[in-house]
Amino acid sequence: MSVLKNFTNGLIKENPTFVLVLGTCPTLAVTTAAMNGIGMGAATTFVLVCSNVMIAALKNVIPDKVRIAAFIVIIATFVTIVDLVMKAYTPDLYKTLGIFIPLIVVNCIILGRAEAFAQKNNVIPALLDGLGMGLGFTLAITLMGSIREILGNGSVFDIRLISQEAKTILIFILPPGAFITYGYLIAIMNNIKRKYSI
Amino acid sequence: MELIKIVILALIVNNVVLAQFLGICPFLGVSNKVGTSIGMGAAVIFVMALANLVTYLIQNFILVPLHIEFMQTITFIFIIAFLVQVVEIILKKSAPSLYQALGIYLPLITTNCAVLGIAILAVQKDYNLLSSVIYAASIAAGFTLALILMAGIREQLELNGYPKGMKGFPLSLITAGLLSLAFMGFAGLVK
Repeated sequence: MSVLKNFTNGLIKENPTFVLVLGTCPTLAVTTAAMNGIGMGAATTFVLVCSNVMIAALKNVIPDKVRIAAFIVIIATFVTIVDLVMKAYTPDLYKTLGIFIPLIVVNCIILGRAEAFAQKNNVIPALLDGLGMGLGFTLAITLMGSIREILGNGSVFDIRLISQEAKTILIFILPPGAFITYGYLIAIMNNIKRKYSI
Repeated sequence: MELIKIVILALIVNNVVLAQFLGICPFLGVSNKVGTSIGMGAAVIFVMALANLVTYLIQNFILVPLHIEFMQTITFIFIIAFLVQVVEIILKKSAPSLYQALGIYLPLITTNCAVLGIAILAVQKDYNLLSSVIYAASIAAGFTLALILMAGIREQLELNGYPKGMKGFPLSLITAGLLSLAFMGFAGLVK
């Protein structure tokens, strides 16, 4: 039961994007389309799961004083793997996400989970925690990407919802739209939490 | 002329926070008061220019000749973390008054994704040493500008009423959105 809780924790109760408000840079930058959300989410989840497992496995070997440096090396290694794999197999997505793939290294969600969870727990809970957090992040940014794509471009996952000629609210796929959408989503989340006292 | 273009583009047209979404965490976290924003901004300008200087040298004299460009991410993040530590120690010993003013902001900079992001962007844009350092300094100045503007607005907002659910991050994000909208007006400034 408690093992399952590790997994569901990241989905809603401690959702990294809407509740903890970590990893805001990629959330704002890549969510111009729903598909980018899935791509960025998958890349981050991979790094998160791998680094969580690795850190949980090595927690007795890493000296306490240099742990942050050790964590960063582990995270940066997996980020380099993702970077090279995406460059080779999904060049279009790689081009859209651009600078934000190497910047997964400094995503606070990953270092935060390493520090707060993985270094104190065993491999299996760390794996589930990474998976839950990663999925929570993916769901959140895909939702935000969908909203911005529908309002700004009139389509979702490249499927047209309204005709090409119809005017859309272009501002939502431009930078200001990112801030405004994110602000309202957190506000809605806050209100839901207050009402049902989750 | 080329350098002036780089400065204007980096400072206002492609503002690092409001148009490129780098360094959002310190932007939302430290922009409570105008005074602290100025301190943070000064620390960022210093570290960013230094980081770009060092990463430029590493990229062109170590990574490229050895054909290990794929090590870029790991090397750069390490250099930045190391640099922040060194700057902190040197400032503490040689300029205690400056350290007093900037001290608490320095450790925060390691986690500022703008520093790593701009170092990588400068390499991708193929800038030479001088342009790279000037680019970093003006990006950081743009960051400071956004931070101070935001802090000024937030200080006033605290005095007004707003819906309960909007408290904290939502209010800051929507303010940032409107600020970003205003900065879009600079888009046509430089061709």
